[in-house]
Amino acid sequence: MSDQGVGASVLRKEDDRFLRGRGQYVADFRVSGAREVAFVRSTVAHGRIRNVHVPDEHNGVVFTAADLANVKPVRAATTLSGFKHSSEPILAKDKVRYVGELVAMCVAPSRAQAEDIADTVAVDYEELEPVVDMLAAREADAPLVHEEWGDNVFIEFFQDGAIERVAEAAAIKVTRDIRTARQCMFPMEGRGVVAQWDARLRFLTLITATQMPHVVQRGVAECLSLSDGSVRVISPDVGGGFGYKGLLCREEVALAWLAIRVGMPVRWLEDCREHLSASANCREHHYRITGYADRNGRLLALDCAATVDAGAYSVYPTSSALEAAQVASLLPGPYDFSIYRCRAAAVATNKCPILPYRGVARSGVCLALEVIMDALARQAGIEPYEVRLRNLVRPEQMPFENVTKKQFDGGDYPESLRRAVAAIDLPAIRKRQRNGEPDGRLLGVGFSIFCEQGAMGTAVLADWGRPVVPGYEQASVRLTADGDVEIRVGTHSHGQGHETTLAQVAHEILGTEFDRIKVLQGDTLYVPFSTGTWASRSMVMAGGAVAQASRMLAKRASRIGAWLLQADPAEVRVVKGCVVGRAASVTLGEVARAWYLQPQNLPPELEESGLEVTTGYRPARDMGTFSYASHAALVAVDPGTGLVEILDYVVVEDGGKLINPMIVDGQVQGGTAQGIGTCLLEAVPFDANGQPLASTMLDYLVPGASEVPDIRVLHMETPSPHTEFGMKGIGEGGAVGPPAAIVCAVNDALCALGAEVHDLPLTPERILNAVAAASTSRGAP
Amino acid sequence: MKPARFEFARARSLGEAVTILRQASGSAKVIAGGQSLGPMLNLRLARPSILVDITPIPELTHIEEDTDGLVIGACITTSDIEDGRVRMDRLPILAAVAAGIAYRAVRNRGTIGGSICHADPSGDWLPVLCALAAECIVTDGKQTRRVPVEQFVAGAFEVRLETAELLQAIRIPRPSRSARCGYYKVCRKAGEFALASGAVLLDRERERFRAVMGATQGRPIVIEDARRLLGAIPQRGMAVRLHEEATNELLQGTGLPVNGRVHATALARAAAQAMA
Repeated sequence: MSDQGVGASVLRKEDDRFLRGRGQYVADFRVSGAREVAFVRSTVAHGRIRNVHVPDEHNGVVFTAADLANVKPVRAATTLSGFKHSSEPILAKDKVRYVGELVAMCVAPSRAQAEDIADTVAVDYEELEPVVDMLAAREADAPLVHEEWGDNVFIEFFQDGAIERVAEAAAIKVTRDIRTARQCMFPMEGRGVVAQWDARLRFLTLITATQMPHVVQRGVAECLSLSDGSVRVISPDVGGGFGYKGLLCREEVALAWLAIRVGMPVRWLEDCREHLSASANCREHHYRITGYADRNGRLLALDCAATVDAGAYSVYPTSSALEAAQVASLLPGPYDFSIYRCRAAAVATNKCPILPYRGVARSGVCLALEVIMDALARQAGIEPYEVRLRNLVRPEQMPFENVTKKQFDGGDYPESLRRAVAAIDLPAIRKRQRNGEPDGRLLGVGFSIFCEQGAMGTAVLADWGRPVVPGYEQASVRLTADGDVEIRVGTHSHGQGHETTLAQVAHEILGTEFDRIKVLQGDTLYVPFSTGTWASRSMVMAGGAVAQASRMLAKRASRIGAWLLQADPAEVRVVKGCVVGRAASVTLGEVARAWYLQPQNLPPELEESGLEVTTGYRPARDMGTFSYASHAALVAVDPGTGLVEILDYVVVEDGGKLINPMIVDGQVQGGTAQGIGTCLLEAVPFDANGQPLASTMLDYLVPGASEVPDIRVLHMETPSPHTEFGMKGIGEGGAVGPPAAIVCAVNDALCALGAEVHDLPLTPERILNAVAAASTSRGAP
Repeated sequence: MKPARFEFARARSLGEAVTILRQASGSAKVIAGGQSLGPMLNLRLARPSILVDITPIPELTHIEEDTDGLVIGACITTSDIEDGRVRMDRLPILAAVAAGIAYRAVRNRGTIGGSICHADPSGDWLPVLCALAAECIVTDGKQTRRVPVEQFVAGAFEVRLETAELLQAIRIPRPSRSARCGYYKVCRKAGEFALASGAVLLDRERERFRAVMGATQGRPIVIEDARRLLGAIPQRGMAVRLHEEATNELLQGTGLPVNGRVHATALARAAAQAMA
């Protein structure tokens, strides 16, 4: 192995500019003459628009739905049967369905002036009763978010299992009601769009912070009835996405339309309040879940009614069906049991649409399932990890098809958990618990284990009937005339370090010096079509494509090199950036120079296809890769304040073959930090009128350096049998495990008091109320 | 999130500042560090016609220590206090409290006077200064009046300051040599506003035992004589346990979350610090 190829912890190419503050984000583009846009957003959760009054002096700079009559609404359909469609107009037309919905847009030389104009626009609403709670939304007399539906259910998924067969006889039965919070994704950079119309070329350029440039291109073209080719989407450096930038946002369509309409470049940068209250919501679930087990804690059956609060509209391209579909299919986790019943509904409410956040639905299902595993363990009187060990899929069962027909591709799940138990040192913790803490805090330890399906392909996603289904992933690898390597991919890094890892892949195959390999991404004008970066797919898919293209390029270069060496093409190979024959070698630079600049030195028939390869790749099986991880948390709960401190945190992760272990560690640690936020801090509560109550960082808490402990990441490495190098998707798992591990740890601490908590986030108030309720029910003072 | 239009004036003297305030008849806002006002302007929750920057006024950055106490100008920043540019041997609590306020960037600009005038119940200076029996020195440009901090604060985000008055300084009485202070706040994350806080001054020599609960829904809850909570002036090393009946009586009707239990914890821990 080269020290810069596959498996090497190479320093990231992009960090030179990131660490020096020289990244180029949307807001860094200075487009001369650009106007600024501010939106008028709905102040009511549910209402009919009677009138939008624009003062005369602002005619021509304020635009409403009437102006956008020819713009198509965002329709994220799926062909799943029973799915009820929602059309989200770019600017609200007759009705508003959540606080923050776009009603009008105002253009001015500066953002402050645009906001001044927005202040003068008076919207007259006939207020309607809002649907705020997802469970109340299903009651017969609930108001309707979309009247034509007849109810508030986007879609419901069923998994039918014969629970009755075991329900009666099961020695242990535990049921829990679990709620996860509506939270926000909160990447460091929000959304932002610069739109510019070139009247000469009839060409629209959108500079936008997106994970999927081509999907935005497709969506904008469709809404504005333009051809794809007349929309260029540039996604420059992107400061975190986590799913929030994996969709078409109405602002992108609105700005695109506006640029054409006013004939000037226009810019909108999302502010923190827009982000928190009107845009980036995610993760709100409810579970009523029951586990049945025998007296040894062996899980016999799982029964669940799950609800996802999907908000008012279906987002493009993932649709509002995604999250509930994930819940129903992923809930069984890494466990081996055969009777499973689940009903998972995506419910519409008068809140902003929820979007697919890192580890879509998984942090919730992992929490629900692991809370049940702990409850079973307590009833059975067995250590929680031991109950898990008794139920995990064993290595000798691999490859394994689970109860929802997920194809686990390999690994040793029990060993992962055993390593986590050893690393956190469970016996020492149990001893320490018996002795008690000098400061009166209560110690607790918790475990979670899950598998993470990544890089799902056609086989999985076609069934979901989405408008955008990934197939072959393309990469273009080019030898330049001076022998450098240029890679073009349609996936887009928003912090993952693809400029480094994809270069490592090409370096592994071509051996070209690492510094002479350049990865280009984020411009529909020069990268091949892609559905973008999401679902932990980029290294598996784009990495696989780069490997494939590099090999094809190596073949072409070998033929030219063999001619230059006057050797038999079958006897040369590409090593360390050279075509090497028996006795001599030529560099790829010499090969390139010969083909591009000195063709007279080559026979005319040599390599008409050139030194640029674009090819597609998909894994031998595209049912998705299954990485997996065990998380272990040691916490101290302060019974006087309800605060939780994480004292130790261990992740044992198996992501198959790691291209750059250092980057994977970063992914795991960053994800874990987000998972800690999900568990302890983050929530956007709503009042009874559907008003979001956390619209600034004063009210919306995200974990900072002092809330995230040193996360110890241990690796196992079971290569996937289906992918290039054995890679597996690993981008999301970090965010999946923490809520379950931390909740289980807190409950381990509280169980002596007879208290249990599981609604997220675990606020001090929730913990203290649970303790108080437990002491009341035990008759203590 | 950009502010609505406003005028801006930089006042060089107390007189100049007061004149501008009077002329604006209530539509002006005073700005010092701007750490709370800035966001309020950006959110358009505050829409003053004019902002008056008072930081150039010499009296407001004045510090004076005498045998009776310490006078800290209103525009002294939290970092000034944290870094010991305001020194008082008998009040090491000030630097300790300062170091725990928000983040360094906020402390570099945020002022002690601004914090008091903003009167956010969750702020740090209010409960601490109440415990220390500090006074506000208020000026109308000609005369000054002195008012105890707990009376200066009328409620959440509300102070008793006339249109043409400024908070000039804070005066903290000098405690005795043996006096001890304690301050404990409960935050969900470092640097955030407190969920609950407690501040205690225990001055055995002067028989003074003041306790304050902060981060309430309104004004801090000041307990002039904390003996009713803790029995008597406790001895060093004694375990701190709040008197249950007195605590319940104190918390009754305060509307604090979880029946004020977190506030009671904060106060007990502040007392424990003072007695350690």
